Amino acid sequence: MWQMIPTLAGVILLIFFLFNWVGGDPAQVLAGKISNPEQIANIRKQLGVDQPYWYQLWVFVQQVFTFDFGRSWSTNEEVSRILLTRVGPTLTIMVPVLVIETVLAVALAVMVAYVRGSLTDRTIMVICTTAMSISFLVYIIFGQWLFGFILGWFPVQGWSESYWRNLTHYAPLPIMLAIFVGLAPALRLYRSFFLEEINQDYVRTARAKGLPEKTVMMKHVLRNALIPILTNVGIYLPSVFVGSFLLEVFFSIPGLGREIVTAVNRSDFPVIKAVTVYLAVLTMIVNLLVDVMYKLVDPRVSFK
Amino acid sequence: MSAVLPDNAPPVMHQSPGLWTLAWRRLLNDRVGVFCLAIVVAYVSMMLASYAGLVAGDWNKEKGVSYANPSFLAGAENLEAREVTNRDFGTTAKPVDLSDIDPLAPRYKEWEERAAKIAVTEVKRAETLAFGGDKWGRDVLEKAIKGSEVSIFVGLTAALFATLIGTILGALAGYWGGRVNDFLEWFYNIFTSIPYILLILAFAAVFKRGLDTIIVILALTGWTGIYRLVRAEYIKHGGREYVKAAQAIGASHFSRMFVHILPNASHVILVQLSQHVVSFIKAEVILSFLGLGVPVDMVSWGTMLAEAQNELVIGKWWQLFAAGASMAILVTAFSMLTDSLRDALDPKLK
Repeated sequence: MWQMIPTLAGVILLIFFLFNWVGGDPAQVLAGKISNPEQIANIRKQLGVDQPYWYQLWVFVQQVFTFDFGRSWSTNEEVSRILLTRVGPTLTIMVPVLVIETVLAVALAVMVAYVRGSLTDRTIMVICTTAMSISFLVYIIFGQWLFGFILGWFPVQGWSESYWRNLTHYAPLPIMLAIFVGLAPALRLYRSFFLEEINQDYVRTARAKGLPEKTVMMKHVLRNALIPILTNVGIYLPSVFVGSFLLEVFFSIPGLGREIVTAVNRSDFPVIKAVTVYLAVLTMIVNLLVDVMYKLVDPRVSFK
Repeated sequence: MSAVLPDNAPPVMHQSPGLWTLAWRRLLNDRVGVFCLAIVVAYVSMMLASYAGLVAGDWNKEKGVSYANPSFLAGAENLEAREVTNRDFGTTAKPVDLSDIDPLAPRYKEWEERAAKIAVTEVKRAETLAFGGDKWGRDVLEKAIKGSEVSIFVGLTAALFATLIGTILGALAGYWGGRVNDFLEWFYNIFTSIPYILLILAFAAVFKRGLDTIIVILALTGWTGIYRLVRAEYIKHGGREYVKAAQAIGASHFSRMFVHILPNASHVILVQLSQHVVSFIKAEVILSFLGLGVPVDMVSWGTMLAEAQNELVIGKWWQLFAAGASMAILVTAFSMLTDSLRDALDPKLK
């Protein structure tokens, strides 16, 4: 718990170093090509980059703790407002993706681990390896073209004001594509977790006392394999908020991921800084929660 | 008297093969591994040939008609291609005569004469290209080969740098422990507490665009996994007897870290290197697609995919296929080679 503080301090330092030192003079970028020294000096003053570094760092720390990053450099919208309005669409896509993908991957992994070594198992693994090697971009471009453009099952892109319309109308295709792409690596990984458990002594004991293979898999192996699976989902969880920026770019979903890509292209530093800091905090909190959940799932785990 | 044995016969010494010889033999026995190795070698030689200008040197030339059909689809209908080839410049209607109010009118003649002096060589454009053409009539196959140069180069170099950073930091943390370890763990925690893709984008935001930048970004953000594994290896090996023996004969810290322990951790590093090449090739493609990667005068699989998105709508699938397939084949071969490599280096696994 307490080691979160030095990490957070480090994250703040890293981001400050990147954007206020490596990033160069933002006034040059903002003023554009036609500018005179006076304008640049004005902008520098407005942004506070004419202050010494220690003062800029102090301002940045204040911003982090007051949730006030000022306004976007390119749209003049408040950064906190940008974050709050963009997170909704991202979660609309990513929460279903995370839930469905995890459930599907665990279920399939149990089945594949059950028939381990068979032709089915090997075929599925080869398919997974091949599927993983095709770029996400190709899936999106092809999927959007096939299901949206040719077959017309889903709108090619778009987003609306109504949550239900989004979820039922615009979200299914991106969700489907994300699950399709994420399933292969997850399945491979979870299968390896199951196989690791299957070779343990307690499984042999369970078999020796005459339990049917199904009970062994579902009661003994599954419950123990859930521990590494939980870790994996925990690692993945924070990036749910970034969303799949590729999906958001392709399907014009006004989410956080697309916002970040736009901000990077426009050198809109306040937005990127804010997103990075808060996602780092979120990641640390999630890691802590995962540790607590270990304790609930596995009584052997104890906190040092 | 017994036969005199020649006493100067060389004693039969069987030098036991080393780790790498054994691993190489095991890899050669793995048919899938050899096949994948062959594919990877083929790709790398193709990349070198393209770098040397032997193949695809003139990928940027507009050889065919716009959206030329692939040769194997020569007869297929192609409206976009015909539109360009059949354009007849002679019959365009004369523009309305504005010479009395056009201030530039007196100079038109002079300009026309000057324009006529410039020799324009009209290249005969091919109707079909081996694997089709893009919007400007460039050969898609040559683009894919040239694109492999960028993608593989970025993947390999970035993975080498990331491995270097990860290995050095991991060695320091694992070997010294204590304060050094605490500091580097803190550093590791900072980098891993930011979601990976966000970290890449944050770095991309502050650096200028370019090929070297993308390598730097991938290396600076991608070392964490290697660091962690190398550190674990060094912690494991640090207390072993051979390291103590090295210390006893007066080996320096540096020598113990990089001459004695490093070879024993090298199999882990090699597998990691191979894995990172794959993931960096994928990352490069996505960054280039977003316009954060290679500059516009270069071609990579990512920029090809960016063009392919609009082409697919008008039914020109070959660029998407060329870029997607050449990447998929390489990545599949590379990841299966990584698996074989791991099995060969660590036979206890499997």
